[in-house]
Amino acid sequence: MLYAILCYHDEDTVGSWTKEQDAAVMQKLTVVQDKLTKQGRLGPVARLLPTTAATTLRKEDPPLVLDGPFAETKEQLLGFYVVDCKNLDEALDVARDLGKANPGGAYEIRPVGHFTPGGVKP
Amino acid sequence: MTDTAWIDAALTSARPQAVGALLRYFRNLDTAEEAYQNACLRALKSWPQNGPPRDPAAWLIMVGRNVAIDDIRRSKKQEALPDDEAISDLDDAEEQLAERLDGSHYRDDILRLLFICCHPDLPATQQIALALRIVSGLTVKQIARAFLVSEAAMEQRITRAKARVADADVPFETPGAVERSERLTSVAAMIYLIFNEGYSASGDTAEIRSPLCEEAIRLARLLLRLFQSEPEIMGLTALLLIQHARAPARFDADGAVILLDDQDRSLWNKSLIAEGLALIDKAMRHRRSGPYQVQAAIAALHARAEKPEDTDWTQIDLLYGALEIMQPSPVVTLNRAVAVSKVRGPQAGLDMIEPLAQRLSNYFHFFGVRGAFLMQLGRNDEARTAFDRAIALANTSAEAAHIRMHLDRLQRDSQPRGKKAGK
Repeated sequence: MLYAILCYHDEDTVGSWTKEQDAAVMQKLTVVQDKLTKQGRLGPVARLLPTTAATTLRKEDPPLVLDGPFAETKEQLLGFYVVDCKNLDEALDVARDLGKANPGGAYEIRPVGHFTPGGVKP
Repeated sequence: MTDTAWIDAALTSARPQAVGALLRYFRNLDTAEEAYQNACLRALKSWPQNGPPRDPAAWLIMVGRNVAIDDIRRSKKQEALPDDEAISDLDDAEEQLAERLDGSHYRDDILRLLFICCHPDLPATQQIALALRIVSGLTVKQIARAFLVSEAAMEQRITRAKARVADADVPFETPGAVERSERLTSVAAMIYLIFNEGYSASGDTAEIRSPLCEEAIRLARLLLRLFQSEPEIMGLTALLLIQHARAPARFDADGAVILLDDQDRSLWNKSLIAEGLALIDKAMRHRRSGPYQVQAAIAALHARAEKPEDTDWTQIDLLYGALEIMQPSPVVTLNRAVAVSKVRGPQAGLDMIEPLAQRLSNYFHFFGVRGAFLMQLGRNDEARTAFDRAIALANTSAEAAHIRMHLDRLQRDSQPRGKKAGK
């Protein structure tokens, strides 16, 4: 089963990391990702730009365009992984590994219903 | 990341909000700062043991406020009898504060804190130093290093600025829409100054000073999160991001300036550029243009060109034309003339800058650009005279330190002689 691991963290805190701290976290995350890649279990991974770059379309009639993220929360959605796991326990293990590399905040683990891998190249 | 590194980042990010709220409460900058410092000391003891609080800023505000009130109580006890009335007042105040912690007060707290640093009596350098100390929480040592002055001199500068601000009458009531918008404009200008202080560094000091650019970007993003629908704040943030994206390509190994045309564009930070372009897109939707948006759009056109020859000079000419109307200045016209010369040739550029000669008679870039146009027209003797003048001015004028990205291109044209002069 595919699980989406949605990464929530306080954006202000993440934005206050020095370049070196940020690079160190990314490096540690790469180690976890490499393991999953070798096992053929890692799908798309995205780190999102700050929520200041976000725009929200409210699907009213007519649709309403708003500046900023959908929800004003203490922690913001900053990125996500798609990982192939047998069950929730395995997905939680992956999240724990990621959490060791990047403490603070929370991961929301959501089973994926429909998945289209797509063909977009960065 | 280690525990302490996490705590440092949390304290840094909570600082503007916490100091801003404490300032609203105590209405005195020194008391607010001291309360915050005390709260930080307690955080360093408590957080590693008990784990980080879910809302670090709220924690720091509560603890800072309580410690400061205890201090006030204690000193009152030493002086006189305990003040029961003050103590009972506190309970109410606490409830009120807790209620406010989630409110929109934060937005105005942070804006007020930044705005206090922009006091019109303060010279720009003092505004910046004060903001870096109070809002960003950099140490005096760090600020002195970035400004290339001694710690003692910086200490004095900040103390003076604080004294002046303490006398200033900044209203603590929630600002009205007009007042808020005026504050926002002043604060945006100050953030831009902080950025330029770092951006205008020469090659040998660029590394020391680039934290100023990063801090300015952090403050701009903070401001944008507080005022999410302000197109000029989007423009400001975009401008800073796109300019800073070029930082890795702006100097060679010896610290000499590499001009825009000669930069290795693969070194430009693509993620910062992407963020800047996204913000410009968002800003454009509001159809309320402004100087930061226009400058960001110009920077974006350079950033979008994969090779220098791909640059859309026609569009840049139009944008500078718009900027001339919003912010008439001979320097803007000078920049526009460069774009014009790319589109319609050096004679058109020269015609455009001739009327500026008197007003820019001490301006390095004026002579650099003039020399370049003359050289392209084959008027080499006149070009040489202009270049000589430019070099003389560049070596003596402190203004040369405030050169901005869009002027790099002008410099390039005078560079052959600039290099000989040992620049």
